[in-house]
Amino acid sequence: MANNQQTQESLIAVKNIHKNYTRGSETIEVLKDVNLNIHKGDFVAFMGPSGSGKTTLLNLLGGLDFPTSGHILIDGQDIAGMSSKKLTAWRAQHVGFIFQLYNLIPVMTAFQNVELPLLLTRLSKKERRQHVETALAIVGLSDRMSHYPRQLSGGQEQRVAIARAIVTDPTFLLCDEPTGDLDRKSANEILDLLTRLVNEHEKTLLMVTHDPLAAKNAGTRFHLEKGVLTANSQGEAA
Amino acid sequence: MKFLPLLLANIGRKKMRTILTVGSYAVALFLFGLLGVIDMSFNQGLEVAGVDRLIVRNKTSLIMPLPIAYKERLSQIKDVKDVTFASWFGGVYQEPKNFFAQFAIDVDTYRAMYPEFEIPEDQWDAFVRDRQGCIVGRKTLDRFGWKIGDRIPIQATIYRGLWEFNICGVYEARREADDTTQFWFHFNYLNERTPFIKDYVGWYTVRVHNPDKAAEVTKTIDERFANSSFETTTETEKAFMAGFVKQFGNIKLIILIVGSVVMFTLLLITGSNMSLSIRERTNEIAILKAMGFGPTHILTLILAESIGYAVIGGFLGLSVCKLFTLGGDPTNGLLPVFFLDNKTVILGIGITFMVGLISGFIPALIAMRLNIVRALRSI
Ligand SMILES: Nc1ncnc2c1ncn2[C@@H]1O[C@H](COP(=O)(O)OP(=O)(O)OP(=O)(O)O)[C@@H](O)[C@H]1O
Ligand SMILES: [Mg+2]
Repeated sequence: MANNQQTQESLIAVKNIHKNYTRGSETIEVLKDVNLNIHKGDFVAFMGPSGSGKTTLLNLLGGLDFPTSGHILIDGQDIAGMSSKKLTAWRAQHVGFIFQLYNLIPVMTAFQNVELPLLLTRLSKKERRQHVETALAIVGLSDRMSHYPRQLSGGQEQRVAIARAIVTDPTFLLCDEPTGDLDRKSANEILDLLTRLVNEHEKTLLMVTHDPLAAKNAGTRFHLEKGVLTANSQGEAA
Repeated sequence: MKFLPLLLANIGRKKMRTILTVGSYAVALFLFGLLGVIDMSFNQGLEVAGVDRLIVRNKTSLIMPLPIAYKERLSQIKDVKDVTFASWFGGVYQEPKNFFAQFAIDVDTYRAMYPEFEIPEDQWDAFVRDRQGCIVGRKTLDRFGWKIGDRIPIQATIYRGLWEFNICGVYEARREADDTTQFWFHFNYLNERTPFIKDYVGWYTVRVHNPDKAAEVTKTIDERFANSSFETTTETEKAFMAGFVKQFGNIKLIILIVGSVVMFTLLLITGSNMSLSIRERTNEIAILKAMGFGPTHILTLILAESIGYAVIGGFLGLSVCKLFTLGGDPTNGLLPVFFLDNKTVILGIGITFMVGLISGFIPALIAMRLNIVRALRSI
């Protein structure tokens, strides 16, 4: 599927991205001329050593940060050129974030945590409830709705975070080491869930991972090394 | 409104800190309310001063008298409607700490001059008939547990001897700020028993036809008596009361300083509490922003939280203060009035709101400007 992407319309097209950080007088090139095409329904894994720029790339794709140069076209819109105000609204609509440390609000129930992104929409209370229940059912936590994060296991917390990421039905999901803090068994459950989201619910999913087993679930794999992106196995950089 | 659960979750996050923050507001506003009550009791005369009344007194000093003959001359001045007079008696009931004001009044004219004091007709008539009669304000009557018909001994200090009065009636006030601690008796009784200072009065109260004429009349009166052996100083009742309050020192300034220190301390406490709790939440705020919560959302949430603490605490403090004042005057009637007025309550709520706003403002601004990427890295 990744071989004919030049002719096929990409969902995400990254063109000549550079990202530099300046620390004092020193300039660090974190990403060097990264090019990338991702299609709707892809499950993409990014691997690479620590400090190679994986999180930085994900942040750029999620509209959390701006590239030093280059274009990031998502569904035809260049988010690299958006104002931060527009970008905030864009994120609410298009991106679902899943982090290594789940990042749930500890003082809110699973239900309330999942409902949070919906507060920014025009949905009624009843519609919000339906969406939250659906999302929690997909991750298999219908019976844990009124639990607080501390009453859940790590794997369950991550599933709540996944429900929170999919509840608005975003254009794509970004996962930064979603299994990094979990034991093997829980990690496998999360990976199964993510794979199901792609296969059964037609989600587009981009995942950073250190774990080769985790990467196996992905249809496309990329390797980052000192800010340079290279294709891996069936995957291929544009 | 749909953000309310998020707001409440944050308020309920650290119970102890919430209690301490709300408690700080409550204590500060309780103090503020009490200062307001004290200020009010010193300034009640200013609050209720009649706009159409002037006080005429001896130019040299308030304690120097004026001749009784001035009554006639004052009433002849243009734009003067009514004239009455009174004298300070300064007696002691049982012991000096039982202080209250005793006035020897002109029975024919005094009541009409002060319509804010209400006395039942039959009681007033009984008072007029009894040369040794007196009328006592409700607060003083209750303070000493007196009843109508009691005979009250008062030891004179300025004059001589033990004086006895029959309580013929009690006056009540229509407004909360009116002084109901006074004790009135017949000027004629005083005048007869003090032949060595006969036919002199303490001060006159003059009513003008039109409050706009007050300044003019004031001038006319003082000019009329200029270069006599009893020169006068005339001023509006309000100005007179203000001068009277000044005798106790600058109460307003003291209250202002104490109040400001209290509010400033409150601001430091609540401001640092807010900063602390926002700093602990850096990561969560970053997540909310990643999700698409804009700067306005973040600012509003944090300010609402900060103002929430303020309003809850302020309301508590002022409520307790109100209950406290309803429980009665702890000085046992020494202060002429003792109540929390609406002006103080509204001012208190306004100040609380401002302190809440200011103490939340800097943390809110920091949260608003928080860099998501950097915040997520620093877990
Ligand atoms: N704000 C910053 N200022 C300066 N350098 C930064 C900044 N953020 C990241 N870097 C540097 O950019 C490089 C890439 O960081 P990044 O977090 O993207 O790596 P990563 O591949 O996600 O690593 P890990 O696997 O450890 O998560 C690192 O060398 C890091 O030190
Ligand atoms: Mg990383």
